[in-house]
Amino acid sequence: MDSSISNKPRTLFEKVWDAHCVRAQTADEPGILYIDLHLVHEVTSPQAFDVLRERGLPVSRPALTFATMDHSTPTTPRQPDGTWIFGDAQAEAQVRTLQRNCLDFGIELHALGDPGQGIVHVVGPEAGRTQPGMTVVCGDSHTATHGAFGALAFGIGTSEVGHVLATQCLLQRRPRTLAVRVEGRLRDGVTAKDLILALIAQIGVGGGTGHVIEYIGPAIRALSMEGRMTVCNMSIEAGARAGMIAPDETTFAWLKGRPGAPQGKAWEQALSAWRALPSDAAATYDREVVLDASRIEPMVTFGTNPGQAIPVTGLVPDPASCESASERSTLESALRYMGLRPGTPIGDVLVDVVFIGSCTNGRLSDLREAASVLRGRKVRARTLVVPGSRAVKAQAEVEGLDRVFLEAGAEWREPGCSMCIAMNGDRLEPGQACVSTSNRNFEGRQGRGGRTFLAGAGTAAASAIRGRIADPRQTYDAGENAGPAQGPTNREEG
Amino acid sequence: MEPLRIVESPVVVMPRDNMDTDQVIPARFLKVTDKVGLGAALFADWRYHSDGTPLPDFVLNRPEASKAQILVAGDNFGCGSSREHAAWAIRDFGFRVVISTSVADIFRNNALRNGILPVVVDPDVHAKLVASPGATVRVDLEQMTLTLPDGTQRTFAVDAFARHCLLNGVDEMGYLLAHKDAIAAFEEKR
Ligand code: SF4
Repeated sequence: MDSSISNKPRTLFEKVWDAHCVRAQTADEPGILYIDLHLVHEVTSPQAFDVLRERGLPVSRPALTFATMDHSTPTTPRQPDGTWIFGDAQAEAQVRTLQRNCLDFGIELHALGDPGQGIVHVVGPEAGRTQPGMTVVCGDSHTATHGAFGALAFGIGTSEVGHVLATQCLLQRRPRTLAVRVEGRLRDGVTAKDLILALIAQIGVGGGTGHVIEYIGPAIRALSMEGRMTVCNMSIEAGARAGMIAPDETTFAWLKGRPGAPQGKAWEQALSAWRALPSDAAATYDREVVLDASRIEPMVTFGTNPGQAIPVTGLVPDPASCESASERSTLESALRYMGLRPGTPIGDVLVDVVFIGSCTNGRLSDLREAASVLRGRKVRARTLVVPGSRAVKAQAEVEGLDRVFLEAGAEWREPGCSMCIAMNGDRLEPGQACVSTSNRNFEGRQGRGGRTFLAGAGTAAASAIRGRIADPRQTYDAGENAGPAQGPTNREEG
Repeated sequence: MEPLRIVESPVVVMPRDNMDTDQVIPARFLKVTDKVGLGAALFADWRYHSDGTPLPDFVLNRPEASKAQILVAGDNFGCGSSREHAAWAIRDFGFRVVISTSVADIFRNNALRNGILPVVVDPDVHAKLVASPGATVRVDLEQMTLTLPDGTQRTFAVDAFARHCLLNGVDEMGYLLAHKDAIAAFEEKR
């Protein structure tokens, strides 16, 4: 630890960073950062385990390593004979490889069907493994999700997965800090997803590059842990290395009693350490951005990057009004891909598929939000509801949410990443429009030629009922407000 | 890791901003358990028809591209997913240098660990490069200079350690393992 900085007021990020510096960086060399929790999944780990085998190395700290399978796993039910039907042989081989690697190297694995299995960023916190003040990494860019607990959590590549497996450390340069202050309060019907989409629309998909974001301000304090995870999850979509929120009573209440959380006396000790984590009042950030929560509306993306978002009541923007040639061409190519014309009300867009799930919005609170919209109504678009974990699925079933979805005509699936990344066979057909609660609307993300409109769970559910992109604050009855297209829509060019 | 000192090559220009790693290599190619042959999947959805036949006009399908070692890309290149498969695919295709006005953080790290040098240039230099597809550019990592097609030379910045690793083919795993006593002492102290 660098003692010269111990008297200086520090941010949450700086406190966590300093506490994990095995060796501080110099002009010539990066620092060595110790990792408290390494999450592993089937897609980005096989080549890292191969390197360990080639070099004859063990996993340095198996107890700090936690594996699950999520990306290429099926979301259709287990067969009566206990087997699973994979999308293809390659996906199955990848899952088997993770099983073998975890067995060979002594790593705790939550395999298909295990009650602790699910999307890595949903199950880590559920198990109480993610805790304030920790450093958490995973070969997955949405690792920032865990920053909701006041952890420094970021995505790494497969080479770095190997580094952490072998040494429990990473070579890192200290990133800069960006404070995102969210003033005011979110209005009724506006969620954490809308907040983060509004932020990315404001600062751009490269707006956080080189920085760790700390989300501060009253609107952030008012969020539930689930809402905080949704916000931190999408930090990477603004290009940020990580997103963090200082722990508070909401955090502690959520963690208490979870299997991986400290118990008894250790809990009291942990609490006092965690209470010292929030940024000091006089601490400064390299940059600060301010957002007014009370002006945010339910948001939806219209383009092919997560920064291309507008209120659900808005119009598709016109490339003619762009300031620079590069912005214009970016917007033009996005609209071409999405089959949209400038000036079209986004609420005119016809929807083929609705996907409710992912590490952004596949938690219980999201399913409750969707169910409250769908209860007693019928969907007009194919609707997939994919819980983020087996625990989320079980609890949703206890609450009868599965019945609500099935009675509305939606599909109720097994947990996994599913149509967020379209690796397991759940995917869009070319030209299909999908309102999705996931985090990326990149070209082809949900299937080649598929068109993704990112939104919150309430917006997605309302759009399923309406058959067009909908405002979750309105009530739509089957048949009403839908009907034939008035004016140009996305279907004409599809 | 294969060292990199000087790369002199015609440039392939793909000027679109925000080319994310889902474009660089779509997720369906991530089901592999090795790194072999991923160059064939580089920009697959832009490069091939849905039946797998190549789109002849796409820049990477032109004969010149097969020998090029320098890719000139738009701003915020490599944003999105942390998949190192993106760097593997770029390297396997034959690129050693990616030039842009900015490169996303995780991609930059993944590139450096696979012998690919990301070079960040000012918009005016970038505009010149975008306007000269196929022209020869020389990148000298030792001197940290870029020689443009018109013969003018610019310097670029690169992290000292990354430069050292690339010039000498040092791999970070070995470097970290050499610090195992310091790591053990840190664990002891906590
Ligand atoms: S749900 Fe989507 S974003 Fe999240 S880990 Fe899975 S594939 Fe990645």
